[in-house]
Amino acid sequence: MRKYTRTHEVGKVAVSQPALTSGSGIVVIEPQFRPEHGHADAVTLLDPHGRLAPDAASVMDDAEVGAALRLMLFGRVFDRKAFSLQRQGRFGTYSPIEGQEASVVGAAFALDPGRDWIVPQYRELPALLRHGLPLTRYLLYHFGHPLGGHIPEGVNVLPTQISLAAQLPHAVGLAWGLHQQGRDGVVCAFVGDGATSEGDFHEACNLAGVVNAPVIFFVQNNGWAISTPRERQSAASSLAVRAVGYGFPGAVVDGNDLLAVHAVVSGAVDRARAGGGPTLVESVTYRIGPHNTSDDPSRYADTEALEDWRNRDPIVRVQRYLEARGKWDEAAAERVRAEIDAEINAALEEAWQVSPAGNEALFDHVFLADTPRLADQRRTWAKEH
Amino acid sequence: MPTMTMIEAIRHTLRGELDRDERVMVLGQDVGRLGGVFRATDGLQSEFGADRVVDMPLAEAVIVGSAIGLAVSGMVPVAEVQFLGFTHQAFHQIGAQLARYRFRSKGRFPMPVTIRAPFGGGVRTPELHSEALEAQFVQSPGLKIVLPSNPADAKGLLTTAVRDPDPVLFLEPLRGYRLVRGEVPQGEHSVAFGEARMAREGTDVTLVAWSAAVQVAEKAAEKLDADGVSASVLDLRTLVPLDAEALCRAVAATGRCVVVHEAPLSGGFGAEVVATIQEGCFYSLESPVARVTAPDAPYPIGALEEHYIPGVEQVVTAARRTVEAIA
Repeated sequence: MRKYTRTHEVGKVAVSQPALTSGSGIVVIEPQFRPEHGHADAVTLLDPHGRLAPDAASVMDDAEVGAALRLMLFGRVFDRKAFSLQRQGRFGTYSPIEGQEASVVGAAFALDPGRDWIVPQYRELPALLRHGLPLTRYLLYHFGHPLGGHIPEGVNVLPTQISLAAQLPHAVGLAWGLHQQGRDGVVCAFVGDGATSEGDFHEACNLAGVVNAPVIFFVQNNGWAISTPRERQSAASSLAVRAVGYGFPGAVVDGNDLLAVHAVVSGAVDRARAGGGPTLVESVTYRIGPHNTSDDPSRYADTEALEDWRNRDPIVRVQRYLEARGKWDEAAAERVRAEIDAEINAALEEAWQVSPAGNEALFDHVFLADTPRLADQRRTWAKEH
Repeated sequence: MPTMTMIEAIRHTLRGELDRDERVMVLGQDVGRLGGVFRATDGLQSEFGADRVVDMPLAEAVIVGSAIGLAVSGMVPVAEVQFLGFTHQAFHQIGAQLARYRFRSKGRFPMPVTIRAPFGGGVRTPELHSEALEAQFVQSPGLKIVLPSNPADAKGLLTTAVRDPDPVLFLEPLRGYRLVRGEVPQGEHSVAFGEARMAREGTDVTLVAWSAAVQVAEKAAEKLDADGVSASVLDLRTLVPLDAEALCRAVAATGRCVVVHEAPLSGGFGAEVVATIQEGCFYSLESPVARVTAPDAPYPIGALEEHYIPGVEQVVTAARRTVEAIA
């Protein structure tokens, strides 16, 4: 029996062999895997001025980049609207996307809504819209209307997840099931840096590797889990390096660079579709706003870092890129903003027209058919509530 | 009708369902090559392949959580958690995810998922293998909770579970796996949920139980019979849905009742049974309803378990006291 102990020298493991204690019984073993091996520079294609890196080419054509920009702007405009409605008491708790628009939209544009699935967390509205979720459903969810939970048939999106990382085992099962049935869909699961600390993250990644599921774990490292900074979540130098431990590739991408996110996720999608299995993508971005409408970031925000990240605004970057290509100007921006305003207002009007749910909605869909006890309660509630 | 043990009846049923519907998958720890630690899935992987009878990593949460995703994709997963005590490590995926999925998606994503898990004491397992946790799951609406006590019901109820459009927690009596034998109908045999079974007819007192406690109640009824006390035994079979009608009918018929379960007293499903009785047939009662349960203490290490789980003698004593009590 050998006894393993740590010496004072960091990174070196001493093995003391009781049988050899009289002589030179200490053997020093160098670890074969070192923490510094986990570092990688983020993939970037567009610099903060919107200039394409030398030798790089965009996979997205200008029309696609324009559509993506519109969706990014949608996210920014919707944030403002949602905050204003929430302050008026007309909207529930809302988590803004500001700063993460390229990350969310770049990933979404790498997917095919006709066959691929999005497994969201709760900060990915533009991706859900691009995948076909009607905005009114999303609004109803935030009005607290049960119809908001209903994703129309044919829209390949799973419900919003509040219990963080719990969606990841679902994503793996879904991807695995599609693969088993010979369907060529790929699943993209969104998760944050904080939720990578959850056991479900580990269990899901581990199973995905074992069954070679066509799934992408898209980790949006926005620097914060409410007030807890990234470095309090993990001592690992990157989150993507964990992929190695699960037996599949990982990648770190500049999450404020639409073209880079799109390229990296597209690569992961192609790989998964071809039977290559899972990929862990860490999209390094920054949460510019509060965690949600109830949060007070003045208690913890790092103002210097915030300023630095504001200068790397993902929307400005794409606007400059398209401007240089003669595909965007102030007039286009104004026109698009006006269209987005009108779209949001129309959806709000529609959502406000939906009749409020009655207490029968407490019982609908608990099971396919009420149990006798539930049927009794349904009758009692109808009479007495 | 052939005679089978519980474990044979379960294996026979899983085989039938895998054969009937190619969407059915069996997944769990050691269910494939080994055929399950109790051999519930023996031979199924060689017959149906490693894609349909799947050895899973040792991780309960992802066994349940991936079953949710498999169901979304169109599969019908039958997941095994090796021991009910280990569902603590999957509780969030069962209660907060699986049970709520149909409800929160307004029916878009039904969950035809069965989770099988053995439980119950008396076989000297290591710690955390024996706990009777059924009541914990009753507080997770959206989940059906099924506990067969004999091989015929194991087949009938498991068949219904696999075909049910909603999630089912199917809890198997560990002690009864090989001890309990009985006739099992061949071919199609299903038992509807929410129908309690009168295991024995009697006139003086009604013993209410489920799972392995049914055998304890039956033995107690035999002893009581020798003393001139006629006991009926009602096997609830499913806690959700609960057959409150049959329960109240059976209790009203004798006016006296003892509830028996292996879980601790406080907050056990026996409390729900007693509350249901007093709401449904209070005026038929001749004496207070008694409970014979485990104490409010953690499940002990092996040599103490006979003191912990309800035994025949305690049920007999409680029944006598109930019968002798004057209203």
